[in-house]
Amino acid sequence: MGADALTSPASPAATGWTPDQPIVSIRDVRKSFGAVEVLKGVSFDVRKGEVICVIGPSGSGKSTLIRCVNALVGIDSGSITVAGREVNDPKLDKLALRRTVGMVFQQYNLFPHRTALQNVMMAPVQVLKQDKREVEARARALLAKVRLSGKEDAYPGELSGGQQQRVAIARSLAMRPEVMLFDEVTAALDPETVKEVLVTIRELAEEGMTCILVTHEMGFARSLADHIYFTDRGVIVEHGPPAEFFAAPKDERTRAFLGQIL
Amino acid sequence: MDALAEWFRTLYETTGVNLTIVYDAYDRQRFVSGLGMTIYLSTASVLISIVIGAVGAWAQGSPLRLLRGLVNGFVVVFRNTPPLVQIFFFYFGLSPLLPYVEDMDGMRAPLFSNVQWAIISLSLFAGAFNVEIFRSGIEAVPRSTIEAVESLGYGRLGVYLHVVLPLALRVCLPALNNNLVNLLKTTTLAYAIAVPETLYVSKQIWTDSQNVPTMMIVLLLVYVGLVGVLVWIMHRWERRLAIPGYGQGAAR
Ligand SMILES: Nc1ncnc2c1ncn2[C@@H]1O[C@H](COP(=O)(O)OP(=O)(O)O)[C@@H](O)[C@H]1O
Ligand SMILES: [Mg+2]
Repeated sequence: MGADALTSPASPAATGWTPDQPIVSIRDVRKSFGAVEVLKGVSFDVRKGEVICVIGPSGSGKSTLIRCVNALVGIDSGSITVAGREVNDPKLDKLALRRTVGMVFQQYNLFPHRTALQNVMMAPVQVLKQDKREVEARARALLAKVRLSGKEDAYPGELSGGQQQRVAIARSLAMRPEVMLFDEVTAALDPETVKEVLVTIRELAEEGMTCILVTHEMGFARSLADHIYFTDRGVIVEHGPPAEFFAAPKDERTRAFLGQIL
Repeated sequence: MDALAEWFRTLYETTGVNLTIVYDAYDRQRFVSGLGMTIYLSTASVLISIVIGAVGAWAQGSPLRLLRGLVNGFVVVFRNTPPLVQIFFFYFGLSPLLPYVEDMDGMRAPLFSNVQWAIISLSLFAGAFNVEIFRSGIEAVPRSTIEAVESLGYGRLGVYLHVVLPLALRVCLPALNNNLVNLLKTTTLAYAIAVPETLYVSKQIWTDSQNVPTMMIVLLLVYVGLVGVLVWIMHRWERRLAIPGYGQGAAR
């Protein structure tokens, strides 16, 4: 089975979306928690196959922003469409949205009571009701793809952080998403294991997966991203292709942030 | 068998330990059926109370305020009142108000028998505690784990059944264990509505056979044994549920 068959979406979205339109379109999104406005009008587009990185200081709303994309967080105003589906619609089909958008978290969040293979198989079998044997073959191939052959029967507690994170990536891919969200997925890892996870993400991006990454790995962002967005206190301060962005940041806040982190 | 019976008769004559339940066929048959009734009451109410706990804890997390209120009311009522009062409430208070049905002989019979009322009220009694026990387990499941499951497309019920409940169960098993042991012992209260369980038949036996002290010791030993079996089953379950590299399973 080729890599394409493994990760490409099972069916085109039945929403009127066509590949010449942005697959994710975020328009003037606002979100408050209580009295605190965390997103103050954020807009950007992501085209199919693009890799974009969101960087910015802690607390600037990066996690909130990408969690809005798969409706883990509801937005107060503005609009987010994913493959033509309006996320801010009260009649939103959350299952359909979440089939389209995969998400990987900082804390891996695997099912601790299931083996690596079962973790990858569970959602396609239980949520999508796909054939168990077909899913198992796909899950084994996905684990091989993230270099975890031989760990199929290991429980998450028996795996290193980097291995768990790669299981989490395979688990998301098993749903055949069109867009992948990564929220600081290497932030909790040992320096040695960061690389193995970044390699996996790079391969995925190079195969054409649309990726939105929140990351502090600047080298990685610079070499992989098509576009960088820098957020601070709920707004996008500056954005651009990595070459320009890193070489000549225009805004004072961007310069201060990059000065600290590099 | 005869030799055995003879031995126990001799035991009585020489020591005063009068085990009619061994050498007297009638007492033996009564005692065994009492034991069977205790096992039946315990098994049924253990299983039903676990279901009540799991369903109740789920309903407590419902977005419907009315449903949450009902569950909380149920828990308060059944946790804060004596189980004997609950049994009397059902059997003497509620049962006469319910419609009667015709039994197999065409006679007017209550909707539920005393045995069924015992199971209902014991299950509700232990179920109320189980709701709280399951809830404490559910609270231990990290919010981030639930979000990960939601982002895989699971709905509220799917999240609960496939992830939250299995993880919560592992956390709350020791507390559940205690409550179920308590439930098994509480089945003796069914005595009060003439359910022929172990205590009830034992009283009949000691009244007829005048062997009160012997039967008292027998009763204690029987419950030590029954609870021992329950605890053994629960420990096996706990071992089966242990996850390598997680919680107590990590120590293996
Ligand atoms: N569920 C929530 N309830 C209340 N406040 C929240 C919640 N989630 C995030 N916040 C607040 O929103 C702000 C932005 O958080 P977050 O999006 O996690 O930032 P980042 O990922 O950039 O560090 C923070 O001040 C955080 O405390
Ligand atoms: Mg964050």
